[in-house]
Order: sequence, then C-alpha cells, then structure tokens
Amino acid sequence: MDVPAIAPLLPQLASGAAHTHALGFTYESLEGDRVRIRVPWREDLVGDPDTGVIAGGVVTTLLDHVGGLAVWVSLDNFKPLATLDLRVDYMRAARPRTDLIAEARCYRLTRSIAFVRAWAFEDAPDDPVAAAQSAYILTTARPERRPKPEAGE
Amino acid sequence: MSRVIEAMPYARFLGLTAEQAEDILTVTMPFSDHLIGNPMLPALHGGSTAALLEITAMAQVAESFPGMHLPRPINVSVAYLRSGRPQHVYARARINKAGRRVAHVLAEAWQEDEAQPIAALTAHFLLEDSF
Repeated sequence: MDVPAIAPLLPQLASGAAHTHALGFTYESLEGDRVRIRVPWREDLVGDPDTGVIAGGVVTTLLDHVGGLAVWVSLDNFKPLATLDLRVDYMRAARPRTDLIAEARCYRLTRSIAFVRAWAFEDAPDDPVAAAQSAYILTTARPERRPKPEAGE
Repeated sequence: MSRVIEAMPYARFLGLTAEQAEDILTVTMPFSDHLIGNPMLPALHGGSTAALLEITAMAQVAESFPGMHLPRPINVSVAYLRSGRPQHVYARARINKAGRRVAHVLAEAWQEDEAQPIAALTAHFLLEDSF
C-alpha cells in the first residue's frame, strides 16, 4: 500500500503545538485510515491523586487531537480545521500510572465537515476507557456572509 | 476555593483557580503559552478549554454534594463556539438536574464577555462512588 503524503508530518502534528508538547503527546502509528497517538502517564496529568489515574480532561484532549489527525489523514493533506463538537463517553476508569493510546478514524468527509470516531485504551482497542464522536469544520472555504444592513436602513 | 481543583494535579498543570460566590464557583484558566494549540492564529487548544469546562462541572457537583469523594463523569459533550484567544478563560457550571444517581450539568466558558461564550458543555455525572 502506498504511504500517504501526510504520513511524514504526523509526528509533528501529534505533538508540535505548545499544548500537545506540554502534555507529552507522541505519534504512535498509522494503519489504513486509523491513526494513533499516545499520552505517556505522568504525575502532573493525574485527575484523582488517590488513584493515580490520568484526568478525564487529558483523555478528552487526546481524543480531540487524534480526531484532527484522522481528518488530515482522510484529506491526505494539512488544512486548517476546528473542532465543532466532541462527545466523550467514559466507559471505565483507566488503569493507574499507565499510558493511554487513542485511535481515530474519519468515516465521512464532506467539503466542509469531517465526522470522526475515536477510542482511548491502554493496550486493547476492544476494551476502551473512553469513546468519542466528533465533528470538525474545515476552516478554509467560507462563503461571504451577506453584510448586515446599516442601522436605519 | 474548591477541594477538587486544589487536589487535582492536572488542574494545577492547567493553572486553574476557583472563586466562590454563594454556592457558585467561577473557575479561571489564566493564559499561558503551554495552552496554545494553534500557534498560527494563535488559539488555545480546544482540549484545554474542554478540560476547564469538565473540571468546573466536576468541582461544582462536588461543591453541591460535599459527602462525595470525586464526581465521576459518565459522558461529556462540548460545543466549540468561538476560537479561544490567548487570554484568560473563565467558566461556570450549573446543575440542571440532580436525581438520586445522576446529575445533568451545563457549563460555559468565556473570555472578555460572559454573553459571548467560547465553548459550552453538557455532562452527566455519577453521584455514587462506585461506577
């Protein structure tokens, strides 16, 4: 199978921004249209100090971010995009002091919107910690909005 | 202050602080370079705003149910309404309905103007310590 043109950019796209770098995100793999990134466990990313489990907000960020990568894989191109919305189901507690991996797939791409599903797990994708459903908007092509009438018109 | 935010390492990573007026928490995420997700705009990473909303909702539930250990989110849904500019973000949550086992919570995040939210959250939290 041909390597997609976007593939060499994925490590940079996974962790290149200040926030993803600070969180320690790393690129994991690309298989077909399924892309994976990892967040290594770290003390300062914990949600509940009594259990040592990574915070829900980190999982949300990981799923949001891997979803964006899946859209770029689907486009096989880097284009500006923004998350429109994101829903996360937390199915179970993550294992304490353990890295998490997230996998995403863009299953529908229109000219302006990308629809994505994503999962987070420790090692088995069929035993997810959390699942996400999200939509992204491609922010380049935006039609001119009709100007508002001036006051008094 | 909020016991959830004080105790959570990740809330410290985000720099969150909380103020309480009556029973309502207002949580602040002060701008910091490490929150940037898009250096070209620049814009905050949506995940940091979502996390702020989620932690605000969790802290508000903990405030309203002081006997609980830590409210567990069942699911959260975030709508991104505006790009997060490199400025402070504020958030407040409201318990829309609390039943015996589950609370439905709404939260909004804003920057300069509370009437112009940058993101909105709806979430369900489990009100028991077992999942």
